[in-house]
Amino acid sequence: MEPETLGPDEPHLPPPSLWPVGFAIGIVVVLVGLIVNPELISSIGGAIAVAFGFLWAREATAELRGRPVHIEPETRELRPAGVGDAPAIPADQGEAGMPPPEPGERFPRSKFLEGATLGLGAAIGGVVTVPVLGFAVIPAFVGDAVKGDEVDLGDLTDFPEGKWWIATFMSDPSEGEVSRRTAFVRNNGLVQGKPSFTIISNRCAHLGCPVQANGPSLGKPVNTKGKNGPVHLVPTQPAGFGCPCHGGQYDTEGNRTAGPPVRALDRYEYKIDNGRLVLLKTYSVGHVKGQGAQAIIYKYRLAGPGEHVDGWEQILYPLNPPHG
Amino acid sequence: MRRAQLEAAIMYPVDWLEERSGLVGGLRYFLFRKVPADTNWMQTLGSATLTAFLVQALTGVILAMYYKPDPQNAYSSVQNITDNVFMGWLVRGMHKWGASVFIILLFLHMARVFLFGAYKYPRELNWIVGFLLLVLGMLEGFSGYLLPFDQTAYWATVVGVNLNGTAPFLGPFLSQFLRSGAEIGGDTLSRFYSIHMLLLPGAIFGLIGLHLYLVIRLGVTSPPWSKQAAGMKRVEEPSPLRPGLTRPAARGIAAAQGEPAGGQD
Repeated sequence: MEPETLGPDEPHLPPPSLWPVGFAIGIVVVLVGLIVNPELISSIGGAIAVAFGFLWAREATAELRGRPVHIEPETRELRPAGVGDAPAIPADQGEAGMPPPEPGERFPRSKFLEGATLGLGAAIGGVVTVPVLGFAVIPAFVGDAVKGDEVDLGDLTDFPEGKWWIATFMSDPSEGEVSRRTAFVRNNGLVQGKPSFTIISNRCAHLGCPVQANGPSLGKPVNTKGKNGPVHLVPTQPAGFGCPCHGGQYDTEGNRTAGPPVRALDRYEYKIDNGRLVLLKTYSVGHVKGQGAQAIIYKYRLAGPGEHVDGWEQILYPLNPPHG
Repeated sequence: MRRAQLEAAIMYPVDWLEERSGLVGGLRYFLFRKVPADTNWMQTLGSATLTAFLVQALTGVILAMYYKPDPQNAYSSVQNITDNVFMGWLVRGMHKWGASVFIILLFLHMARVFLFGAYKYPRELNWIVGFLLLVLGMLEGFSGYLLPFDQTAYWATVVGVNLNGTAPFLGPFLSQFLRSGAEIGGDTLSRFYSIHMLLLPGAIFGLIGLHLYLVIRLGVTSPPWSKQAAGMKRVEEPSPLRPGLTRPAARGIAAAQGEPAGGQD
């Protein structure tokens, strides 16, 4: 319908008021001012909002207060009802109110509205869903979730040559007990003037249960103080390592000897810092040839328990999330 | 006279509700629908499973009021529920043992449907929905097992998550997602808590709604030994209305287009 031609039954209404627009602008200025400069800009916004609000309220209540309401005068020519008009045509005859869609017309109005509703709905749904899924998934793979803390295990003199120690420590003291880890540590003596250590993680290469030393604990436990908090050292004399969950067995180099594990036990990288033994990242091991300081370690990027790192099965795990 | 007044007083709010929502009629339609005359007790296993789930939902809501999902406090808050909270031992016990009851009833209900042949046409979709409910129910068990955060909970979850990690290709990423990082920690616990009490129950409620809708729409099956015709007869002759389709297929399309279920064909 063209906007200028009013039907005969439509009354002339007062034009829409513009004061609410000013009021809204005032509110916007208040809100912007709250961020930019609460004292100055918000006060200006408040003043604008109050002024326009007053004008708006005054106009809206004009009729109630008995003021005449200004209405634009009628400008169309007067015409007696019915004169000049053709007699009304019954609804089921004559031309259709709306032209029927032309043959081949693909997008009549109703179809457009239908498509617009569904399309906008899908777009909004996507815009909402994709970030939510992203927030749920991505943090597990970046930043804090993936950290490799250095752990100070204590002075080199705490580890006499050739002896095994069960070392328990916290990888991240801020996380508390849940970050407690265990490693089997042996000092292999000096190799070309540098200390050599075998440091085996107790995480079973089957499904991650805690591997135990197959042998007695000998002598008194030692408590040392590392930079990451207390470290508990228990001397032991293992014939190998065994997992209580599903019976995986390993020799003293961490090589699998029996049971379901798919590779050798993981190991810790380490460094000697001012005469102190410091654990670095863990890495995965396919298998180990030789022993102690002479061991040849087939070293791989850290993989989860149960993942093959060598053999043909490694093609099943081409990618690994960051482990820190 | 008093009786009539009383009835009027009771019916007034019911009528008020019915007039504005049709909910009362809907409820009557749901509760007083026709079922075969020779249904038996086995067919109450579905309602029993639903009841077990509702018990889990209710006791879970109460436990959530006292449980603290962080590694430092989780275990002690569970101890507190068991030892100090009024009747906490009962609510926790109901939730713990009710979980097993729920899973057992799920399987019994599934066995009943299987042995009665109640999964067959036209109820295949309801079997699929029921299967999804079984999977979600077991995921509830997996995610809920970590929450007490004792040694059993911790190591069982370590093994369970690593088991997922051994799946080829995407397994390592799945386990990393479940742990919310490289190792089990505080984020893992709150993540499992959120999955256990928000995500999965929401999905289960939705699917139960769909499951019940399909039960009402398709009706209840007679036992296989029934002398009565069970449900709708399967007619494989061509549909008179839609050439090229068999009658069940045509009826299915008609039903999808809003004609009432069980209409003439």
